[in-house]
Amino acid sequence: MTNKKISALTKKRYSSEKRFKAYCIAALALAMAILFTLLSSITLNSLPAFTQTHITTDVYLDKNLLDPNNTNDLEAILREGPWRSLAKSSLREMVPGVNDRKEKRELYGLVSVIAGDSIKYYVKENPNDIGKKVQINIPSSDDIDLLTKGLIDRNLPEENRTVSNLQLKWLDQFIYEKRVSKRFAWKLFNHGDSREAEVAGLKGAIAGTLLTMFVTLIISFPIGVMTAVYLEEIAPKNRMTDFIEVNINNLAAVPSIVFGLLGLAVFIGYFGMPRSAPLVGGIVLALMTLPVIIIATRASLASIPPSIREAAYGVGASQLQVINHHVLPLAIPGILTGTIIGIARAAGETAPLLMIGMMAFIVDTPHKITDKATVMPAQIYMWANNPERSFESLTSAAILILLIILITMNALAIYLRKKYERKW
Amino acid sequence: MSIINIYMIIIMLLSISSYFYGRNFIKNKTSTSTEKQHSKDTYHGAFISLYLILPSIIFLSLWIVISPNIIDELLTIKIIYIFGQLGIDELKILKSQVIALSNGVLIAGNLSEEVNYISDYYLYIQTVSKKIYIILSCLGSAAAFLYARKKITIRFNARFNVEVIVKSIMILASLIAILTTVGIILSLVVETIRFFEIINIADFLFGLKWSPQIALRADQVANEGLFGAVPLFAGTLMITVIAMVVAVPIGLMTAVYLSEYASNTLRSIAKPALEILAGIPTVVYGFFAALTVAPFLRDKGADIGLTLSSESALAAGLVMGIMIIPLISSLSDDVINAVPQSLREGSAALGSTKSETVKKVILPAALPGIVSAILLAVSRAIGETMIVVMAAGVAANLTANPFESVTAVTVQIVVLLVGDQEFDSAKTLAAFALGFTLFIITLGLNILSIYIIRKYREQYD
Repeated sequence: MTNKKISALTKKRYSSEKRFKAYCIAALALAMAILFTLLSSITLNSLPAFTQTHITTDVYLDKNLLDPNNTNDLEAILREGPWRSLAKSSLREMVPGVNDRKEKRELYGLVSVIAGDSIKYYVKENPNDIGKKVQINIPSSDDIDLLTKGLIDRNLPEENRTVSNLQLKWLDQFIYEKRVSKRFAWKLFNHGDSREAEVAGLKGAIAGTLLTMFVTLIISFPIGVMTAVYLEEIAPKNRMTDFIEVNINNLAAVPSIVFGLLGLAVFIGYFGMPRSAPLVGGIVLALMTLPVIIIATRASLASIPPSIREAAYGVGASQLQVINHHVLPLAIPGILTGTIIGIARAAGETAPLLMIGMMAFIVDTPHKITDKATVMPAQIYMWANNPERSFESLTSAAILILLIILITMNALAIYLRKKYERKW
Repeated sequence: MSIINIYMIIIMLLSISSYFYGRNFIKNKTSTSTEKQHSKDTYHGAFISLYLILPSIIFLSLWIVISPNIIDELLTIKIIYIFGQLGIDELKILKSQVIALSNGVLIAGNLSEEVNYISDYYLYIQTVSKKIYIILSCLGSAAAFLYARKKITIRFNARFNVEVIVKSIMILASLIAILTTVGIILSLVVETIRFFEIINIADFLFGLKWSPQIALRADQVANEGLFGAVPLFAGTLMITVIAMVVAVPIGLMTAVYLSEYASNTLRSIAKPALEILAGIPTVVYGFFAALTVAPFLRDKGADIGLTLSSESALAAGLVMGIMIIPLISSLSDDVINAVPQSLREGSAALGSTKSETVKKVILPAALPGIVSAILLAVSRAIGETMIVVMAAGVAANLTANPFESVTAVTVQIVVLLVGDQEFDSAKTLAAFALGFTLFIITLGLNILSIYIIRKYREQYD
């Protein structure tokens, strides 16, 4: 070959090298871009849900109306007070001259259907204000909320938007009177689920997730660690051990929905455990998490050098003493890392929980592991299926909260691994 | 709180206090003797405490497994005794009424005298079974405690005995994994066999029409419901193929770049980022697919004159591919890193560029591992539920057009089982049959991937 040919070939090879490297960088960049798009689209979508529009109303807490028999019994007042009509009459006072039934309905549509509860809550906190005229912040209805956040276009023709012209006029009046304010939506954390977007919160789902994860943890952690210790340290190398090992590896690859079928057929069908309960959900997720914990624990045990064990045996320790006093303490960071990652994965799991009914519409906060409950991913699924516009940002907010929790857990696991990782 | 819970708490407290009791017991014995104690005090304490609690726990697990069966049997006998011989369906309805009544789900006033009576009886046998359990385990625990106390002497090898018990508990724990597999297989197989008693197995596997809605009246047209699963398999296959087309090149190239080209700084940023991508729950991907990707694709498709369904297979497949990228990249990263450095150096010494080394040396050496990673990814894609439930359709279309809506096996399982169902209608059983198919396929893929690794892996050094 002549020099010319060789240099042409080299050139070709170098350009192919450059191309290949460019493809690789493109692939990585694409993956990062997707992650960025996903996270930013969810964050942007969720922002409106973190604030809530309130309308400041002047409410006259008429003592004759709230406590007609003059009992001064606060509990009875809170229980039986005509809160809803109080909210309505305060609205009518603020916008005089609304008499038509249809117009009245539109007027009441400005505020949330639970406007009465805000007044009730105010009275509960300030019982001495009964008989006075006070200013109370009432959450607006979700349509008004969307409008003030600019998510409903006010320039659309009236028949194409959910807020009527009359409501717009009143709202502008309120804005002019500085009655409209945006506040942080605490209801996200102190309200349960609701059909009304302006009051729907995550309290029940968070409690359900905590209960479920509690069950998962107390089942999968001890069993997982014991299994791993047995297989790695004690078990003789025979067929049975091999069989258990193959089994665990297979379980790790079984689709999660199949675990849901197991829970439905065995725990609900045969053992008669309650549907929709964190107990069953926790057991199912524990069985799913077991392989993760076992594999992580075994890896962590295997990385401890045999010299440690031999030294312990040398001073006369029994096998269990070697494990308990020397091997396990050294393996704990790895075990904890694996457990946290396993629990984080279980906390984001939805499919098996759908099978056992943990996506019911539950308003109350569950307190026991046998109460009906839902979990955060199932709540996200249910809200995502809700066609109402304002649930869209609510779903994103729920996702953001879940992601923050999960990423924190994973970051903690990575930190533990980095901090306590020992090279032998 | 149920009586059983109270009993278990009491037994646990007793067990803890008996630990201290055992410790003091052996201390007192030794202090009055000249003999040397064999085991440490703590082992004697642990010995007696384990003996106290074990019978109660063993009886509890037996009771949990056996008692539902016996109670159900007794209930059936009682119902037949009162109502005479009944058909299976009537029996089932009565039973569920009785159980609902005793749980307080139904209100007594709406049901007949007999059902109220049987419900009282049901509550009664439940209480009796709890009492029997408590009495038996009380006796068992007390006997074991006395036995253990008698065994404790100065020369008694308590350590060995405790270690034997602890090891047996560990063996039992490791059997849970096997029990889970057995549970999965049994529950799936039993329901699947019952399904194939109603529906012909060939109709299920090769039937081209899937419409599981069963008519209300027996004389209605098509009252059977059609259970041909081919459209579901085809849908799952199409979504999986799309996902793989996205995930394999991107995941593999990312892994190659990270292990061969990237600087340490870049790697320390990109790897955790990929881990975040792997840690995102699938329901989030589902939401992303349904709310962002599908409308985007539909609008862009409309711009260039394509009609995309808003539940197109393409959207579900793309997002599923995104979900799988980190799985493929982390698995192949491990495999590529396992290729010994000497191969790279040898290739470089022959004058090859990095990309030539990757293409002609590293990838062939890592191929078995990469193939097995891809197989694992395929099995993950087939079993994935939330993305397809939220982004793919429900209607079973048999089509090869990725722009149309298709359904998947997992979607149908969810559709058939969510909501209140009778436990053995053909619809419910069909879900189990689908689940069994899924289980077999993923198991097969998993075994295949292990086989490939074992058979074709090169042993270096």
